[in-house]
Amino acid sequence: MKTLNRREFIGLLGAGSAVTLFGTAGCAITPSGKARGAHIVIVGGGPGGSTAAKYLKRYAPETRVTLIEPNRRFTTCFGSNWVLGGISTMADITHGYDALHSRHGVEIVHDNVTGIDSATRRVTLAGGDSLAYDRLVVSPGIDFRFDELEGFSAQAAETMPHAWKAGAQTELLQRQLRAMPDGGTFIMVAPGNPFRCPPGPYERAGMIAHYFKTHKPRSKILILDSKDKFSKQGLFMDGWKERYGDMIEWVPGTQGGNVESVDVASRTLYSQSGFTSFKGDVVNLIPRQRAGAIAQTSGLADESGWCPVNQLTFESTLHKGVYVIGDASIAGAMPKSGHSANSQGKLVAAAITLDLLDQPMEKPSHVNTCYSLIAPDYGISVAAVYRYQDGSIQSVKGAGGVSPAEATADFRLQEARYTRGWYQSITEDIWG
Amino acid sequence: MKPAYFTRILTLSALGLMVTPSSYATDITRGKILASTCFACHGTDGRSSGSIPSIYGYPVETLYRNMKSFQDGTRPATVMGRHAKGYTDEEIKLIAEYLSNIR
Repeated sequence: MKTLNRREFIGLLGAGSAVTLFGTAGCAITPSGKARGAHIVIVGGGPGGSTAAKYLKRYAPETRVTLIEPNRRFTTCFGSNWVLGGISTMADITHGYDALHSRHGVEIVHDNVTGIDSATRRVTLAGGDSLAYDRLVVSPGIDFRFDELEGFSAQAAETMPHAWKAGAQTELLQRQLRAMPDGGTFIMVAPGNPFRCPPGPYERAGMIAHYFKTHKPRSKILILDSKDKFSKQGLFMDGWKERYGDMIEWVPGTQGGNVESVDVASRTLYSQSGFTSFKGDVVNLIPRQRAGAIAQTSGLADESGWCPVNQLTFESTLHKGVYVIGDASIAGAMPKSGHSANSQGKLVAAAITLDLLDQPMEKPSHVNTCYSLIAPDYGISVAAVYRYQDGSIQSVKGAGGVSPAEATADFRLQEARYTRGWYQSITEDIWG
Repeated sequence: MKPAYFTRILTLSALGLMVTPSSYATDITRGKILASTCFACHGTDGRSSGSIPSIYGYPVETLYRNMKSFQDGTRPATVMGRHAKGYTDEEIKLIAEYLSNIR
């Protein structure tokens, strides 16, 4: 389809062609033939990669888009705390790739990427195939630094689950919580910065408190934190107190919360050089994190363990033609969240389309809203608007912030409803 | 097509809300990129099937006025005040114009 500038657009309106024009205004109009035949390969079918795939087909339908993801269904990490709280099911937070394929024309390959060669622009797959690409988007999420904690390992996560990648780990933790006797102690070890979903551990504490209050009211929740502060801290602590009394105790890093070693068999955690110990009936240990494995093995991550990118376009600063989005990327002030990944997925789709057309990137903005449930009828949020400025993504001053400290029960209920509405909208925006 | 459309465009121009034409020919406009960030909560193309309101297809003046009243706090909100404060007047016009044209 021919593209129109504003003058032609209005001219045609006057000529009575408004029906066709307005009828397509919300759909992707082919920008030009320049991008035709370009093959864009996307590694990772989580929120970042799936959004990028969908929006690439919307922005540049003449391109070929292939999404590579090992799993046939994807379970979101966001919302998984609600499963632990007993107010959602695993099915509620699990999504397939049918719409991306049938509605948007994305080719889906269920395989693992084992190598990326940015010089020859090929990716190799575990199944033995290799794929040529013109532009590559890598959205691998996180990987855990299992070995940083004395006594801990990937194997130990089968006893002390992290449940920070949703799926089997979520179900394992849920089984352990259900098997725990009333009056038992649940210990969560919260990860050090930076990590996926900054308010996530604290939402989890509230959701598990909701489950305990309903089923095992004499139980106790202990959060051992290497940090001395956390996201939406005031709101969380006020909400916990109001709804759960003294059930939840948070131990900051400087007061013995910084776990240095573990004994997996006895579910014991040690801090302060072994002078302080905590024994739990159920232990949820969320290790420190880094960019997903393929980012490490393909040289997209730097010494920090995360992937440096041009924060205007998300193109890797280490490998040309490769774009890294989502948790794995170093994205300035943006938190590692499903919402950020969704925002970055759209942005990278626009950046790649414009690049294929030899056109400059438009000045973008990003948003993030992290909703958390303290109880099923008690929601809180933190929001921010971001802009690219002086080489990095920065929060817009005067905008964003957290829910008010003083609010009516009705306000908290409304935010709880929006939390659920947000989940429905964003998952449709990603996979629908 | 409703005749109201043409009237709306005229009203829009009269209000001085018309934006400068893009200097190059692609439909990846700034308005489109800005508005795409609304879709996480309000659904793709502003069509929400959950508890968050849909925002597509409203008259541009309505969308503009709503964002401005979220921004200055005259319209109470849970989170929209915090979002609206992040945009300039020009950006709000671009977003409102893009969303109003989605059918």
